[in-house]
Amino acid sequence: MSKRHVTTTIDGEGREFLCEDWQTLLDVLRDVLMKTGTKEGCGTGDCGACSVLLDGRLVCSCLMLAAEAEGRVIETVEGMAEGDRLHPLQQHFLQEAALQCGICTPGFLVAARALLAQNPDPSEREVRFWLAGNLCRCTGYDKIVRAVLAAAAEMRGAEA
Amino acid sequence: MKPAPFEYAAPPTLDEALAILSENDPDEVKILAGGQSLMPLLNMRLARPELLLDLTRIDELGGISARNGGLSIGALATKRDVEDSALVRERNPLFMESTIMIGHPQIRNRGTVGGSMVQADPAAEYPAVAVALGAELVARGPGGERVIEADDFFITYLTTSLEPGEILTEVRIPDLAAGTGWSIQELARRHGDFAIVGAVAMLRLESGICVDLRVVIFGASDRARRHSEAEALLAGERPSAALFDAAGRAVGQSLEDPTDDVHASAEYRRDLARVLCVRTLTEAVERAEGSGG
Ligand SMILES: Cc1cc2nc3c(=O)[nH]c(=O)nc-3n(C[C@H](O)[C@H](O)[C@H](O)COP(=O)(O)OP(=O)(O)OC[C@H]3O[C@@H](n4cnc5c(N)ncnc54)[C@H](O)[C@@H]3O)c2cc1C
Ligand code: FES
Ligand code: FES
Repeated sequence: MSKRHVTTTIDGEGREFLCEDWQTLLDVLRDVLMKTGTKEGCGTGDCGACSVLLDGRLVCSCLMLAAEAEGRVIETVEGMAEGDRLHPLQQHFLQEAALQCGICTPGFLVAARALLAQNPDPSEREVRFWLAGNLCRCTGYDKIVRAVLAAAAEMRGAEA
Repeated sequence: MKPAPFEYAAPPTLDEALAILSENDPDEVKILAGGQSLMPLLNMRLARPELLLDLTRIDELGGISARNGGLSIGALATKRDVEDSALVRERNPLFMESTIMIGHPQIRNRGTVGGSMVQADPAAEYPAVAVALGAELVARGPGGERVIEADDFFITYLTTSLEPGEILTEVRIPDLAAGTGWSIQELARRHGDFAIVGAVAMLRLESGICVDLRVVIFGASDRARRHSEAEALLAGERPSAALFDAAGRAVGQSLEDPTDDVHASAEYRRDLARVLCVRTLTEAVERAEGSGG
């Protein structure tokens, strides 16, 4: 069986790759494109570590075939910083110590970015509900929620 | 977590998809919609099809529109499409509320309305709401189009009356009649998890008398079921806490073969069904009164 040729945009760059029909987008990101920022926790949609944006919508890249990415726009955690300048969410995750082992962090960052894109001023409750699809075994979530709220405030300030 | 090898086809039209189904052994082909139930099964190799037939490129299967007396929801419309739909919000707040109870943003962004119906998980919200509302499921197959009543569509655990070779194309959701009070409540470990047990109640008040009752329990047994014995206790009566309790007891007693698993024992589910029946009836009456009915 010959490999499938897929054309996409990933983190702002046009990307083409070859994949097997049965490979998930997560596996292609990590094993073919070597974009290992996106993590695998479960492969069943439960942990959110593999979260990416697909045409602006938050999805689990473990529950999507790479073949389905044809013609789509994918954004991962690797496109969030501009050069050395961290995204406000990344900066506040550091400042608030919103991570320990870090395996959940890329998923939380991408999920939080999707939230702030549609709701720049979320309540704590809205942040908690939105991030319910992302699991963290280390932090107890409080610091993550605080970091997201702080980043949101900073980003609103920058807009004003 | 890697699927076993399969081939993949993503035709742009329904006719092409139906042709692919008819040309292949139906046991070897799996239909892919949002993948939020199927992909975990593929990743764990609990499903090993030869061919995966992706419907998500078929535009004619998406979209949400009004049709006489209800909503026509394309089988491939996602839960996110429903959440974002002003039409659903206005016409069917029960269907909207049940949507937000499903999974997390990641899951709702991809998972489809049709996929939840065909998956027929006994603890899923959509099949329960479809049974309560008397939804119709439209399928296309080699023999043409078929319209199936929700109550005849859901058979048992993960099993529907869809034939191999058929594709679910549309879900028709009737509007709530004016003055309808409704409620959907569930007990889950966390918001977004599948229900351990859930209940849907619908009714109208005519001069203070309960009419058009629907009581549906889900998550408690092999499929979402209406409980006509509880409905009959209330029909034609003035609502009262004593009657709600009686209806709850009737539901608890009549529950056949309740599920017994790691999440909850059969007896616990029986009791939850009773409690949720009382709570949903109470809320439905409050809403009916609030609507001036
Ligand atoms: C972490 C997590 C939490 C979840 N929580 C909930 C929850 O709380 N409540 C809930 O109800 N669900 C929940 N789900 C399941 C989710 O709602 C799925 O999206 C849904 O069950 C299936 O829809 P899908 O579009 O993803 O279908 P798929 O996974 O693509 O398909 C499911 C099945 O239906 C068949 N199928 C799909 N569409 C058609 C069609 N048009 N015609 C014929 N056959 C078809 C497929 O062949 C497959 O057998 C959860 C899933 C995850 C991963
Ligand atoms: S790896 Fe995708 S949700 Fe856990
Ligand atoms: S920091 Fe370890 S899982 Fe979240």
